[in-house]
Amino acid sequence: MSLTLTPNFSEPGKRYFRAFSPGDDFYEMLIDAHRDLDDEKSAMLNAQLILLLANHIGDLSVLREALARAREGAV
Amino acid sequence: MLKTYTYPKFAYVQPQEQKERVARRYPVVIVGAGPVGLAAAIDCRLHGIPVVLLDEDDTVSIGSRGVCYAKRALEILDRLGVGERVVQKGVSWNVGRTFFHEEEVFNFNLLPEPDHKRPGMINLQQYYLEQYLVERCVELGVDLRWKNRVVSVQRMSDQVRLTIETPDGTYGIEADWLIAADGAKSPIRKLMGLEVEGKIFHDRFLIADVVMKADFPAERWFWFHPPFHPGQSVLLHKQADNVWRIDFQLGWDADPEAEKKPEKVIPRIKAMLGDEREFELEWVSVYTFQCRRMQEFRHGRVLFVGDAAHQVSPFGARGANSGIQDADNLIWKLKLVMDGKAPEKLLDTYSSERVAAADENLMNSTRSTDFITPKSNTSRLFRNAVLTLAEHHAFGRALVNSGRLSVPAFLVESPLNTADEDEFAGRMVPGAPMDDAPVGLEDGGKGWLLDQIGGQGFQLLYFTDVAERLGDKLERLRELTVDAVPVEPVVVSEKAGRLDGARVLHDLMHLVAKRYDAREGSVYLLRPDQHVVARWRRFDAHKVRAAVARATCNI
Ligand SMILES: Cc1cc2nc3c(=O)[nH]c(=O)nc-3n(C[C@H](O)[C@H](O)[C@H](O)COP(=O)(O)OP(=O)(O)OC[C@H]3O[C@@H](n4cnc5c(N)ncnc54)[C@H](O)[C@@H]3O)c2cc1C
Repeated sequence: MSLTLTPNFSEPGKRYFRAFSPGDDFYEMLIDAHRDLDDEKSAMLNAQLILLLANHIGDLSVLREALARAREGAV
Repeated sequence: MLKTYTYPKFAYVQPQEQKERVARRYPVVIVGAGPVGLAAAIDCRLHGIPVVLLDEDDTVSIGSRGVCYAKRALEILDRLGVGERVVQKGVSWNVGRTFFHEEEVFNFNLLPEPDHKRPGMINLQQYYLEQYLVERCVELGVDLRWKNRVVSVQRMSDQVRLTIETPDGTYGIEADWLIAADGAKSPIRKLMGLEVEGKIFHDRFLIADVVMKADFPAERWFWFHPPFHPGQSVLLHKQADNVWRIDFQLGWDADPEAEKKPEKVIPRIKAMLGDEREFELEWVSVYTFQCRRMQEFRHGRVLFVGDAAHQVSPFGARGANSGIQDADNLIWKLKLVMDGKAPEKLLDTYSSERVAAADENLMNSTRSTDFITPKSNTSRLFRNAVLTLAEHHAFGRALVNSGRLSVPAFLVESPLNTADEDEFAGRMVPGAPMDDAPVGLEDGGKGWLLDQIGGQGFQLLYFTDVAERLGDKLERLRELTVDAVPVEPVVVSEKAGRLDGARVLHDLMHLVAKRYDAREGSVYLLRPDQHVVARWRRFDAHKVRAAVARATCNI
């Protein structure tokens, strides 16, 4: 498995008629999860979210690639 | 006064009944000659309904408002008879560029699926659209009354009474049905004590229309956080007559009066375009916006359409585009009810279907707004992270939301649909707005499916390889044309052909069959507003009649 970099959002059983919908659904969920949190709490949420998702992915080679890409864009 | 456009001044004529001091009764009265009221009036005339259209003003939309008209609105405008003028005068564009800081992060090409008549979007100043619609209304004999302001509304069980103010005083009018197309501030809504709920966005935008002979291509440029306007967003769009529309996000604390002054606006534009480029200011305004809608769009004999019923932020151009679709949804239903061929309940589905569409529009424009103008540090951080990823990764580009193209709603939850009992692939499900495709006409010419379909009544597409081999099926198809709610059979044939008693469309490029996943004998039942309402793998007149009954609330 390598890191998926093409659009990949969907929900089982849900039919999308527009390509932008599933990604926009996700983005709204993400921003909503942070509603009314101060910066410190938001950072805590983000950290936990990364850990949860990392464990779900599991494959260290994928995670290594994701970490490298994310670092590239940050520095 | 604009440099590139002269506002027409439509003549006020004192209404006959005001002179005679008698209240007359009309089947349909529309209040508001904006794009939506005008579209509704034209559609009424095309259905043979006499219509009075009242507007408090005597010209078209002043200043810079709507710019982008999307494919579905253009298809409806085609049916109303002004699509070609709008497209001819408008600017077609396909390429959009997105900038973050100084850099172009990515560009996209809207270039839609080929072999559709209309493009995804064209740009045109709203006053042109309204002018063309007014001219079409005049051509069709709409009773247009300028400088007629509605000042009171009285609802009775079988009619609505209006008091109207003109330069000659007041007079009364009675309407079987009232269509309220009186805009975002809707006096009718207020006079009826109805609420409209939603939220105000705490942001201000500066709109500047400038005339320049720019050698920029006709593209949409969107900047997030550009060096010439740090911390905010900027949008550049081309309109007709070399007028360019620039939108600057200002933030909530900006002083709208100060920001409108040329000494403030001109340096902003110079910072953006560079000092050497020549331009003239055509129009400047500062606006805020709201996302809100009424609970119900039908209140007895009063039907709310357009901005009066729902208001969205301009990101993604959904105001006029969705209002025109309201009219498209409403008028055929109203006609059936007026003719006694459907119960009034059918009009409740105007409300439920267009409420669902409005919610989708509100959701999409709210999401764009939240992306473009993040409301918290975290939201801004994610936005900037998406823009950074977008430079290298397709998934990041897909998440960049600088306004989604305005597209019609799939009315999949509508009670008018008959659920599929046969298997079909693709997206032309019951409730889907129809996909276009090229077709060959009987005279050998080339046309478009959506120009051949829709408007007056229900239609049944019958797919076959060779039209002439329909045999006795043709007879049974033709029997549908004399039902109380008639259905016109239209044969879509893989080979060119002709039939006595049914129109044949030649599926020139096999794209109709492909887009509708049709095989020999497949049938599609279509609403007058070009939505699929039922489909089967084989024709059964009983099933078609039951589906028509369902689609007209006659069950
Ligand atoms: C900055 C900006 C950009 C926009 N961009 C786009 C875009 O790109 N694409 C898009 O589709 N939409 C866009 N819109 C939205 C679009 O302008 C509106 O959605 C559209 O004008 C709504 O049409 P309407 O007919 O419902 O109402 P209006 O155009 O507001 O018309 C209402 C009419 O009712 C009349 N009226 C009001 N009260 C009375 C009364 N008491 N008696 C008689 N007549 C009355 C008024 O004179 C007016 O003519 C934009 C809007 C803004 C502000």
